[in-house]
Amino acid sequence: MKFGVVVFPGTWSDRDCGWVVDQVLGQELVYLWHKDTDLKGCDCVILPGGFAYGDYLRTGAIARFAPVMEQVGEFADRGGLVWGICNGFQVLCEAGLLPGALIRNSSLQFRCEWTNLLVERTDLPFTSRCEEREVLRMPIAHGEGSYFADPATLSRLEQRGQVVLRYCDADGRVTPASNPNGSLHNIAGIVNARGNVLGMMPHPERCSEAELGGTDGLKLFRSVAEGALKVLVS
Amino acid sequence: MDERRLREVALTPDEYRAIVEQLKRAPNEVELGMLGVLWSEHCSYKSSKALLRRLPTTGPGVVQGPGENAGAVEVGEGWSVVFKVESHNHPSAIEPYQGAATGVGGIIRDVIAMGARPIALLDSLRFGPLPASSHHFEGVVAGIGGYGNCIGIPTVGGEVYFEECYANNPLVNAMCVGLVRTEELMRARAEGTGNSILLVGADTGRDGIHGASFASLELDESSSERRPAVQVGNPFLEKCLLEACMDLAHTDAVVAIQDLGAAGLTSAVAECAGRVEGAGARIDVSLVPRRERGMTPYDVMLSESQERMLVVVRRGREREVETIFHAWDLTSAVIGEVTDDGQLTVVDGRDHVARVPVKLLTDGAPMRRLMGFPPEPPYGLQVDALPPLVDAGATLLRMLASPNLASRRGIFRRYDHMVGDSTVITPGGDAAMLRVKGTRLGIAVTTDCNARYVHLDPHLGAQLAVAEAARNIVATGARPLAVTDCLNFANPDRPEVYWELEEAIAGLAYACRALDVPIVSGNVSLYNDSNGESAIYPTPVVGMVGVIDDYQRRLGAALRAEGDFVLLIGSSHNDLGGSEYLKVEHGHVAGRPPALDLTREKAVNRLILSAAQSGYMHSAHDCADGGMLIALAECCLLGGIGVRCPAIRPEPPLRLDAAFFGESPSRYIVSVPSRAMPEMQSLARRHNVELSMLGLAGGGFVEFEGQLKVSLAELRAAWEVMVT
Repeated sequence: MKFGVVVFPGTWSDRDCGWVVDQVLGQELVYLWHKDTDLKGCDCVILPGGFAYGDYLRTGAIARFAPVMEQVGEFADRGGLVWGICNGFQVLCEAGLLPGALIRNSSLQFRCEWTNLLVERTDLPFTSRCEEREVLRMPIAHGEGSYFADPATLSRLEQRGQVVLRYCDADGRVTPASNPNGSLHNIAGIVNARGNVLGMMPHPERCSEAELGGTDGLKLFRSVAEGALKVLVS
Repeated sequence: MDERRLREVALTPDEYRAIVEQLKRAPNEVELGMLGVLWSEHCSYKSSKALLRRLPTTGPGVVQGPGENAGAVEVGEGWSVVFKVESHNHPSAIEPYQGAATGVGGIIRDVIAMGARPIALLDSLRFGPLPASSHHFEGVVAGIGGYGNCIGIPTVGGEVYFEECYANNPLVNAMCVGLVRTEELMRARAEGTGNSILLVGADTGRDGIHGASFASLELDESSSERRPAVQVGNPFLEKCLLEACMDLAHTDAVVAIQDLGAAGLTSAVAECAGRVEGAGARIDVSLVPRRERGMTPYDVMLSESQERMLVVVRRGREREVETIFHAWDLTSAVIGEVTDDGQLTVVDGRDHVARVPVKLLTDGAPMRRLMGFPPEPPYGLQVDALPPLVDAGATLLRMLASPNLASRRGIFRRYDHMVGDSTVITPGGDAAMLRVKGTRLGIAVTTDCNARYVHLDPHLGAQLAVAEAARNIVATGARPLAVTDCLNFANPDRPEVYWELEEAIAGLAYACRALDVPIVSGNVSLYNDSNGESAIYPTPVVGMVGVIDDYQRRLGAALRAEGDFVLLIGSSHNDLGGSEYLKVEHGHVAGRPPALDLTREKAVNRLILSAAQSGYMHSAHDCADGGMLIALAECCLLGGIGVRCPAIRPEPPLRLDAAFFGESPSRYIVSVPSRAMPEMQSLARRHNVELSMLGLAGGGFVEFEGQLKVSLAELRAAWEVMVT
């Protein structure tokens, strides 16, 4: 399984994602530069966290125009796995690969803290190693992570089961108090209709080793790595 | 010479005469400006240099002491830690967000210049009481987050205190820690006549002109008019600069990297050349990329535009280096070359602009001989006259909710403290810890200074700051290695302030020698007063790093298991002088700070390190501000586990209030699983350290039978009063 981690100027989770892919999981890793015009044959593209191009205008607004994004779009259209984490989720929304937008946290402050996530889909390549309605512990770190979409889009997402991860309490109850940023419907992560493009605000790469406080993030990385292997074998 | 012009460049008539004498002519405008900034207190240390020589700066692990962009110590397996703390007090007083943000940006560049990758940031902050000072507080916290979060370096620690004396003069001290392979450590020495000098990063604008001079004056009503002297930060640009500089490590084309900070290009070139005997530099300002039109050579030489670095490149290899910067879409330009005439020569195309001996710029400022005189001693404290403790539980709740003791979670959750996948001890306990990926090494980092102690007794207070920092490192299981210090003081022209500076430096030196922690970098910030009246407490902030050989053996402050024995290590005395208890419950800042016996301190630390290495303890926490009961409550709140203790019966003359809230140093709260108790006890005996059993971990209360019983929920509500 070959993971490609995209590096925009201002990206900072590239090395953390690379560390998990390469050092923790032992999978093949290639970094994709924002000016690259091919994806170097990778099977899954990760758009990692950071402040691409400084995010001074609007998160992800400039990054969507990067040369590499054209390839990422085509790759997604062909059914390739695209995984946006934090800033990567924002970029995917700006690029139109996922619906909706990420706006400022309702607290109007940056938040770096642990959250609980309810897994609502386990039939996806990103979550196949999770249990049905499992609660994952995962940190967030963002100032603009409040998921927003118009009512029609939101109900379409819900009807089609595109909400993959929802902020919840430790027992899996989806409550206002467990929502760290004011996301509509407590949405933490969504997938496109086809199921091959995932965007999520929490950071799985920050909880893939016990010494960092938890290993739930590894379940997602393993799902991708081993799920894809299954596809190859079959 | 016009007095007003001299004041503008912050030179005295005496200093001007010294310049004329040395140059054997009158300086022109540009030369005067250049000398003015480099001779400012901020750059020249003319009031403090003689005192700073007393500090211990060498030791077996030290690979770089003071004098470079940052200090460095070896931590093992070929790695060195590079670190420095620096103040950005004056800018933060005027424009809190940008002042704090550019403070963070500046200290990061110091670490980058050493060839190290920054791995952590810490911030030591002081404000006036809230809500009156919330403008400073909110702006500074947002600025630190705004810069650190964007650039992707975790902010893992620091401290915040609120005291009246900082209402007009908040303190913002930022510390950066980096990692480098020891053999790849860079030094900013302009070696090699004919080598090219490159300016990279941001274009040069008019921002921040005279910033260094501004930082060397007292604040007054006109200070807000100096807002143009505060720079504006661009963390995104610095992120690109950081990555490009890391890429430079793969080439040997680079001779030196130097940060452009206070006094901009003038200081960077002079410092770089000044480190090499006989070296000089020739700079052509017409080659400097600019942000705006109509800038004079004066503007270019003095601009403090952020996110710029000076790179000295081997002649003929400029293209190689420029390719790296261009890959990150960064501007770079050859603006001059290294010479061997010992002069800093500035030209503007074909026009001569300035020519000043490098040594005159860097070392020419006449040292100021100031007089220290002890002030009236702060009024004493009759401990016996204090009323006895009435309701320990209620006092505990009030203390936990007091601004200096309340939980800092509301602050550190606004900082990304996890990016980098290395933070193995997160903020909220004693020191934070970063792992060195690919090894088992852990780097512990902290900043400390209880300035109230320093105010009451500068010599002892400074020692206590060093001791507390060391204890914070030791509580994680790491060995203290070295120190960086940030000396924040008021106007040293006042004899009592200069005396405080003398005493505090002597105290630092004494404690650092005793605890074997050399000071490898630092910064002095004077003139932290306003309108000649309000002045800050003397605040010598101690930043410390330590190392643990195997971070899997690290310890947190949180209780971990029900049934563990909870112990107090070290002995308690009637140390209520300068305590938080005295301030919160009795409204006094008085008395002598707790006595410190550095021999005892070392014995206690050896015990904790030895027990940590043997794996006897589940947790360890330093007893500091607020005393034993506050430390114990923190262990419980962090772990979500209560503690049941029999009543405390202090042996006279120890008072009950002092047993609970006294601030005797050299003490820890530790938790030990029952099976390890015999070993722990015998280890304590062997180290000749007092060990007293407080109680057993468990339940949902902090309880001392018959003396207090408060639920964790109630304690948490009080403690998290600032988490909104």
